[in-house]
Amino acid sequence: MKRQLPFLLVFIFGAFMTIQYYIPHESSEFVYTFLLDWTMIIGIFALALGIWSLYQVSVEKIKHKKENWVYSYVTLFGLFIMVVLGFTFKVGDSWGLYSVFVIALMAFLYCLINASIAKSKGLWFGLSGVALVVLLGIAYFDDSWGVAFMTSEGLRNTMFTNFADFVMTPILATMFALLAFFIASAAYRAFRARNVLASLLLVSAIIVMLRFNPYMPFGLPELIAELSNWLMNVPNLAAQRAIVIGIGLGIVATSLKVILGIERGYMGKG
Amino acid sequence: MEFSDFLWMTCGIFLTLATFSFLYKDNPFYKFAEHLVVGVSAGFTIIVLWHGTLVPNLFQKLEDGNWFMLWLNSSEWWYVVPAVLGLLMWTRFSKKYSWVSRWPMGLYIGISTGIAIPLEMSNRVNKQLYAMMVEIDWANFFGGNILSTTSGFAQLLIFLGTIAGLVYFFFSKEHKGVFGGVATFGIWILMIGFGASFGYTVMARVSLFINRMQDTKAWGVEAFNASDVANPHYSSMYPIVFYLLVAFVVGYIIKEIMDHLKRKNA
Repeated sequence: MKRQLPFLLVFIFGAFMTIQYYIPHESSEFVYTFLLDWTMIIGIFALALGIWSLYQVSVEKIKHKKENWVYSYVTLFGLFIMVVLGFTFKVGDSWGLYSVFVIALMAFLYCLINASIAKSKGLWFGLSGVALVVLLGIAYFDDSWGVAFMTSEGLRNTMFTNFADFVMTPILATMFALLAFFIASAAYRAFRARNVLASLLLVSAIIVMLRFNPYMPFGLPELIAELSNWLMNVPNLAAQRAIVIGIGLGIVATSLKVILGIERGYMGKG
Repeated sequence: MEFSDFLWMTCGIFLTLATFSFLYKDNPFYKFAEHLVVGVSAGFTIIVLWHGTLVPNLFQKLEDGNWFMLWLNSSEWWYVVPAVLGLLMWTRFSKKYSWVSRWPMGLYIGISTGIAIPLEMSNRVNKQLYAMMVEIDWANFFGGNILSTTSGFAQLLIFLGTIAGLVYFFFSKEHKGVFGGVATFGIWILMIGFGASFGYTVMARVSLFINRMQDTKAWGVEAFNASDVANPHYSSMYPIVFYLLVAFVVGYIIKEIMDHLKRKNA
């Protein structure tokens, strides 16, 4: 029951979904869409496990004052601010006491975290109670903004989009841009022309990089552009095609192993 | 630009500089930005999945039912099943009942792998093989230009390169003799491909870096444009915010230099 039933489910649903792809009938199409919806729903519930894990790891770091524990507050505040902003929206022309509400919510969260880890729990629970009363009071009496769980007004909340555009996007874009510098130092080590293979890598990479350089001397741009285009569309295409076919066959083989119960690592221990 | 928008932009520039500061060394500003993006991205994902997937695929399907009937009286009551299975995933929190979470996990893995087999065969393997096996244009073998990407030579090279690349990844037979020669040709093609992909990736990162610098420049320009009396959003606050951030960055750099000198002299 504990281990056999899950394997049976994997086999039945795996075999069924593989076969249904080759049945050109509307009922097969319906079952496919229907079960695809199921996986999406189950997947989102599984996401809650990940979020809980993030919360727990952060609180544990604060509790045991591990290295960089102060920044765990930043992670938790960022998480909860985004969730709150994503479920609220502006009704009138101004936000009213919305900013006070967000601050009260953060205070509530801070007190609650401390209540779960501090020795003097009573004080922190009392403070979190005060913060809760304030934020519930604002939520009840302030009509300038509303809460929406079932409609997507929260996604259009300007505070939510500003957090996404001016906090999340710049950091993520800069982190990827940082890789330009680290990749350059990695390239120095990788590109030393020690043998034929390293030389091939070096030459093709330099040609493709020169292609995007606007300061090339006269005459070179056309030749480099043509050479780079050929490299990208002929040898690179052959290499990528071989890799993609390899990946596809690998996924099929692994999926078969999972369906047939040969690969069981995803079930965990116990 | 409204002052509130300028403040948001300033926040973005501060976080950009904080992230770039990692190039010097790991420091509190980088750690702040790093931890902030983890929380904000997780919150963003929750909201997008909630509004984009959970509401249309679950809540709206069950909206004509009643909660006290556990939505079993809704027209699409069978959507209660994945919700229950999803809730069963949360038994992972319990040591005693965590084994129950294997049921939805089994269903999820079964459906996902079952969908993956025909889709992967069709979309990755078959389509790539079809595209590879085109008729070689022998009459136009070099196409008047050795670097033509549509000539017979290019088609032949793509075909042979793909086969050789696959041969290189086949480890059930020792790479010796003719087979070894084909595998060697395969690794040459793969290395050229890796080099081209590497160069392309580097340039993509560089373009992201240029974009961040352009944003920083646009922020500075905006700060001084708004201090122009002719500007409809005229305010002296814009350059003040600009100088505050610049002073902050310069102050941090001076502090680091002083610390460095102190350590050197100690």
